[in-house]
Amino acid sequence: MQYLLLIYENEAEGAARDAAAMSAMMSEYGAFTQSIVQSGNFKAGDALQKTSTATTVRVRGGKTLTTDGPFAETREQLGGYYLIEAKDLDEAIGIAERVPSAKTGSIEVRPIFVYG
Amino acid sequence: MRTGDIERLFRDEAGRVLATLIRLVGDFDLAEDALQESFKAAIEQWPATGIPANPRAFLVSVGRNKAIDRLRRGILFRAKQRDLEIEAAISAQIAPTDDEDTVFGDDILRLIFTCCHPAFNIEAQVALTLRAVCGLSTEAVARAFLVGEETMAQRLVRAKKKIRAAKIPYATPGPAMLEERIDGVLAAIYLVFSEGYAGTSGASLMREDLALEAIRLARLLDALMPRMPAVAGLLALMLLHHARRAARTTADGDIVLLEDQDRGLWDQAAIAEGLALVDRALRVPGRPGAYAVQAAIAALHARARHHAATDWPQIVGLYEVLLRLYPSPVVELNHAAAVAMVDGPARALALVDALDARRTLAGYHLVPAVRADLLRRLGRRDEAVAAYRAAIAIAKLAPERRLLAKRIAELG
Repeated sequence: MQYLLLIYENEAEGAARDAAAMSAMMSEYGAFTQSIVQSGNFKAGDALQKTSTATTVRVRGGKTLTTDGPFAETREQLGGYYLIEAKDLDEAIGIAERVPSAKTGSIEVRPIFVYG
Repeated sequence: MRTGDIERLFRDEAGRVLATLIRLVGDFDLAEDALQESFKAAIEQWPATGIPANPRAFLVSVGRNKAIDRLRRGILFRAKQRDLEIEAAISAQIAPTDDEDTVFGDDILRLIFTCCHPAFNIEAQVALTLRAVCGLSTEAVARAFLVGEETMAQRLVRAKKKIRAAKIPYATPGPAMLEERIDGVLAAIYLVFSEGYAGTSGASLMREDLALEAIRLARLLDALMPRMPAVAGLLALMLLHHARRAARTTADGDIVLLEDQDRGLWDQAAIAEGLALVDRALRVPGRPGAYAVQAAIAALHARARHHAATDWPQIVGLYEVLLRLYPSPVVELNHAAAVAMVDGPARALALVDALDARRTLAGYHLVPAVRADLLRRLGRRDEAVAAYRAAIAIAKLAPERRLLAKRIAELG
């Protein structure tokens, strides 16, 4: 079973981190990623650029409507993701709670749809 | 053999048989259908053959075979690889025999943790638990929630879809998650009890069937996890409250307050069981659980032969423990009411006014009701009447409104 761990954090708070806090966070993420690669749970993962770089596309009545910014303004923004392999929701939750941002933001755990 | 006996047996066994069938067939829906079919087979056969020596093993074995039949029929139409795998897996499983009580115990524990998984909201947890573990019909669960049967059926279907889609495990959580998960299970059980002890709306104060279901669940959990003080604490709390049920209302359904209750009507067996459990829960080293402290307060009421003999200073002390460890506005209100019995109504009124000013319990009728009682005792009649009226305006149960109206009438 695959799960997408969506990492939500408040961008403004993230940007306000000083260099020392930033590098501590980076090494924490490095160690976490390394550990789930080794345990075989890691499938993919990336950090996203800030929502100010986002563009939203909709097609309505055959007409493309392109607008700036993320789909919805929220208190926390999608900042990255991991795609993991886990035997069930509890294993996925166990991994999600180890994502460094779980302490400051929120991690949404979404099962991947399996066709057929 | 009467039909009533069979029905009672079904109610008692439904949870355990379903739990074992889910493990054997690996699918909640398939197991539920299989359970219904095994009940049907039992109703057809038992009047002629008599109830078998081991009805549970009978129901599991028939259910398992029905599930295999169903899968085979499905495979003929769809020839799905996954179904073939499931069928092979079921055929390989061996149903537990009579003496394997621990196997049944583990199965029902798994089922409880699945139903109360935090991936469900608390309403869905309670609905699933009542349906699957307690064996209530969808219609009975709907009645417990005061919603229509159709709405409840949809809610249950959504929850069961989530079990499959998100792969909520059918397992007792590991040590790292166990404590959090038990707290979740206990919260769901306590919600069932509270709904039975004093419904959130409606004509009557109590719905004893729900309170009994909650006690039954907690007893089951306590038997399966005897080293969990939180479980013993909750069971004690519920038993000590439930013990007063006969004294809590008049024949007409009016509320009788604790101070006016005929203590001869209290259920002494439930009190004895509750007192022993409180002792057990509090003897465990470490920080006492919230339910255990509340049960200790209920125990002090239960031990008092008459209202005047109540050990109020110790009750105030226990509320202060609760406020320190598990603060909540409701605990604050109860603490204030107990303070009134020790230090008098003036000091208690200051506490209630401070709580009221924060508006965290806006809409909770007991805030103005307690205020009104304190004002009455202070001889501030007009303010008391106004507070009773404010309480009537937001009280949800008819007996509560009648009690408050009676108080106003008494003030003349």
